[in-house]
Amino acid sequence: MNAPILMACHECDLLQTIQPLMGKASAKCYRCEAVLHRRKPGSLERTLAFTLAGLILFALAVSFPFLSFKIGAQIQQTTLITGVKVLFEQGLAGLATVVLLTTILAPMLQLLGLLYVLLPLKLGRPAYKLPLVFRWTHTLQPWSMMEVFMLGILVSMVKLMKMAQIIPGISVYAFLALIFVLAAASASLDPHAVWERWENHR
Amino acid sequence: MKTRLPIARNASLISCHSCHLLCKGPKKYVVSTMKCPRCGAILHSRKPNSIARTWALILAAAIFYVPANVLPITTVISFGKAQSDTIMSGVIYFIATGLWPIALVIFVASVFVPLVKLTILTFLLISVQRKSTWHQKDRTRLYRFTEIVGRWSMVDVYVVTILVALVNLGSIATIQAGPGAVFFAAVVVITMFAAMSFDPRLIWDVKEDTNE
Repeated sequence: MNAPILMACHECDLLQTIQPLMGKASAKCYRCEAVLHRRKPGSLERTLAFTLAGLILFALAVSFPFLSFKIGAQIQQTTLITGVKVLFEQGLAGLATVVLLTTILAPMLQLLGLLYVLLPLKLGRPAYKLPLVFRWTHTLQPWSMMEVFMLGILVSMVKLMKMAQIIPGISVYAFLALIFVLAAASASLDPHAVWERWENHR
Repeated sequence: MKTRLPIARNASLISCHSCHLLCKGPKKYVVSTMKCPRCGAILHSRKPNSIARTWALILAAAIFYVPANVLPITTVISFGKAQSDTIMSGVIYFIATGLWPIALVIFVASVFVPLVKLTILTFLLISVQRKSTWHQKDRTRLYRFTEIVGRWSMVDVYVVTILVALVNLGSIATIQAGPGAVFFAAVVVITMFAAMSFDPRLIWDVKEDTNE
């Protein structure tokens, strides 16, 4: 952002001119105090790095054992997807779909979308249909609820503690790390910078 | 006398809801299928039918909230014996076993948050419909708050998912998800759509109308 730009606040529709921001700074609406723009230096590179780390962790989280349940000599091992599968088998397809979407599909698509948008942009060749993909990545964000799922894991572990021994697998740890990485990726993303760079290449 | 603040809609400008690009729009109140030239999202000056849609979704969520709390969310079947649990019986179980922090987490996330969210959205809708100018900044803050907290209500649905996956030992012990969990997930999803369909700019539109 080199010249002052005219913007409307997305929460109260007030028109205002935003001066170019330097370094780490943010501009707030002077009427309702919504954040209009937050500049993040090195946003593209940072977000790309977190996205790549996130994809690796995601691969670990879906392929390794999740929680195991040990009662006497019997061990019940699960993966991330087992719960969804069992819900389907119990005839609760709608519930299974909601869980699948919010804990697995949305975070995965979000990470893939960011990679698809950011990597080619970084290399100076904007991806095909970038606006569409970037817009959908934005739309999916509220539906990605991994941090809530993590709280669910903790609560269920406590709940079953008295009944049997619960052994967390590699997947749980990968999942835990993924929450922080995903949060860091969305915190370091500066959508304005992405749009600006894309417009410059157009 | 107050000076009139410049509002995008009065200037025939539309801020794209997705990428926040300021676009030239048609005359105000015209429903259009114009698209943002940058990101391709459909442009509208205000979210379409915001008040009616939000009311409908709030009502639906309020109705579903009852079976979500009354019907069992899980049924434990162990050696032929079946025991059903609702959300409140889960909370009471944790209090009885001394794990009150967990009881508090579940109570706040599952019982309290959906109620607070429905109450706030109802309050915002009524205040907008009455063209209230009362504490507009604080009401905008309340709206932001509902957008953030709603997702945490999903926690009980996830607990059910994990329990169902883990306790699947045939006749020794099996946990089945109950209808309460389905209604509960529906409440969370519907209230999220309700928060998304409410347009916070309506809170501020009143001020412009009274100044005119």
